[in-house]
Amino acid sequence: MSSQQPQPAAEGPETAPTASAAAPPAPSRLREAGEAAAMYLGCIVAALIVSAVIVWATGGSWQAVFSALLDGSLRAPGRWGETIGIAIPLVVVALGTAINGRAGVVNIGQEGQVMMGSAFAAYVGVNMGGPGPVVIVCLLIVGALAGAMWAGIASWLLYWRRVPEVLTTLLLITVASQATGYALKVDWLLLAPFREDRSVRNQVSDQLPGGVRLPRIDIWGNDFPISAIAVVLMAVIVFLLFRRSVWGFRLRMLGRNPRTAQRAGVSTVKYGTTAMLISGACAGVAGAMMLSGGDFGNYRFTPGFANNIGWEGLLVALVARSHPVGIVIVAFSFAGLRAGSGFLAATGVEREISQVVLALLVLALLVPPAILFIRQRRRALSATRDRT
Amino acid sequence: MGGFLSAIGDVVTNDVTYSGAMRFAALLAFAAIGETIAEKAGTLNISLEGMVLGGAFAGALGMHLTESVTLGLVFATAVGVVVASVQANMSHRLTANQFVVGLALNTLVLGIASFLNTSIQPVSKAAHRFEIKPLSEIPLVGDAFFNQPWPLYLVYPMIPAAWWLLYRTRWGLEVRAVGENPQAADVSGIDVNKRRRQSVYIAGLTSGLGGGYLVLGQIGRFEDAIVGGQGFIAIAAVIFGGWTMRGVIGGCVLFGTVNSFRLTLPTVGHELNSELLSAAPFVVTIVTVTFFAYRTREPRALAQPFVRGLT
Repeated sequence: MSSQQPQPAAEGPETAPTASAAAPPAPSRLREAGEAAAMYLGCIVAALIVSAVIVWATGGSWQAVFSALLDGSLRAPGRWGETIGIAIPLVVVALGTAINGRAGVVNIGQEGQVMMGSAFAAYVGVNMGGPGPVVIVCLLIVGALAGAMWAGIASWLLYWRRVPEVLTTLLLITVASQATGYALKVDWLLLAPFREDRSVRNQVSDQLPGGVRLPRIDIWGNDFPISAIAVVLMAVIVFLLFRRSVWGFRLRMLGRNPRTAQRAGVSTVKYGTTAMLISGACAGVAGAMMLSGGDFGNYRFTPGFANNIGWEGLLVALVARSHPVGIVIVAFSFAGLRAGSGFLAATGVEREISQVVLALLVLALLVPPAILFIRQRRRALSATRDRT
Repeated sequence: MGGFLSAIGDVVTNDVTYSGAMRFAALLAFAAIGETIAEKAGTLNISLEGMVLGGAFAGALGMHLTESVTLGLVFATAVGVVVASVQANMSHRLTANQFVVGLALNTLVLGIASFLNTSIQPVSKAAHRFEIKPLSEIPLVGDAFFNQPWPLYLVYPMIPAAWWLLYRTRWGLEVRAVGENPQAADVSGIDVNKRRRQSVYIAGLTSGLGGGYLVLGQIGRFEDAIVGGQGFIAIAAVIFGGWTMRGVIGGCVLFGTVNSFRLTLPTVGHELNSELLSAAPFVVTIVTVTFFAYRTREPRALAQPFVRGLT
């Protein structure tokens, strides 16, 4: 947070002692951290109270809802494996979003990129023969390329014709969902061939063959695909890229102050496009992992396969303020909410309530950093005022 | 190719195309008028979709409770403003990222609307048509302009009113100043964030009304997918129109016509792939914006939060 503020007190250190004497004493770091933690806690509790009120107002029991959510995400046997399985694509999407967010380019079309990635991966997985591991690697690469292509359209239009990327990424979601829906109606693309055991030919792809599925790890009855390990590695890599690499520094410079970046020889087009392509590739890989991991759609590609994972991954990155460690934590809690919503049917409350809880949490988590930011601004302003 | 041309011919000579185009364009215009004002002040209001959806649900709910279309529209407008007040205060009082707020609001409104829709199941029906008798007999376009559900006519006075507000009042001048150069506006004594909040309220007002019109004028019944990205297309219309009232309305009419084409093609007996047709408005939007975006200039402070002392 603090690195984001340009220092208003740039006049020099010699005025500093008198200024700090006149300005209100800055509270200690410990107290500030405590206040921030209390604020976050308060906002989360407030969001939960509002959702409880909504449930209560429509005649449901909020205790039952929260208990079902906890059961479905953690407490019931085998459920935290499910939660991890859902968290995997969320983390991957969010890591990509963190990269483009750092470069100051907006990508809110992850949903479409996830869809393209999984559709292309399904095509490769079903039609490419050969040894399983090779196919899996190809499938992930093709998924990444498909996602990157979809994001690439937006960045190409941005730098070629100045079309706002917010708009193109958003509109391309619908185009992606219709295009994949079309592919699922055509035999030579994705539609599964007709078989005796299926009476209706609905829009569904062939199941991935057994060798082309990601192996699953089993810990005390909780099983999740092996990509979980890869995802943690990815988070570490992104963390190191941001903290330790020249490339990460240049991205940040571009995002914070494009003019400075330009003067320092960082090409806006080059770095912006790269960030966008990586972001799309991450969303595409997330789609490919969803398909070959087995937690979504039972190794089949269907219309609506992406199932809001792209949107939620985007929200994860935004709530975690693009910090890789934060992303993993937030993704796990959002995944828990989604896994838990599967248990809501027993309580008689519609499962859309989990969407409401999620959105309220996102809004609530925006408040504390904003308040801290404003408070810091006021303190800095009053410090400059006292000095002059 | 010949088949395709004859299909186009059939659609162009069918009066259903024109009245459908007007109805779609009206929905887009309701949302886009407010969005123009909000963007002129510097907010790229992603929650427009949520405002329209909230308005649509509130319209159905208002009709369910009061059995009056007028009160339904009032409900719709009120809920649009409520959604706008969250967006406005989060992004222009707390200076949180406006895209995050917008996306979260879209999810929230969709969640609440579909949650309440399944537990209340509001009953509503479409408003009656208002026919201006001799004029509606004009061939092809008579129905489109003079025989529509009555809430649609509300959009006509809103267009000049919004133009007048934006270009002929002190408030509008301040709004435009705030969107171009907030620092300069601040120095000259304008409360930047207040003007931005007010402009978002106006966006909520018009798009809430648009949602009410959608459910009570056009469809007659609320369902979760009722807006289906129209709010986003309205944002595209604002960009397409280069942030001028004339261009924005032109964009609404263009995108409304594409949407209407999509629906009329099957009814005049031409089979085309439904997925490709549904994607058509979005593809056309992207392509046209690609060709026109370069000639226009956006408000310079669009989507940039204002904090005093931070440039």
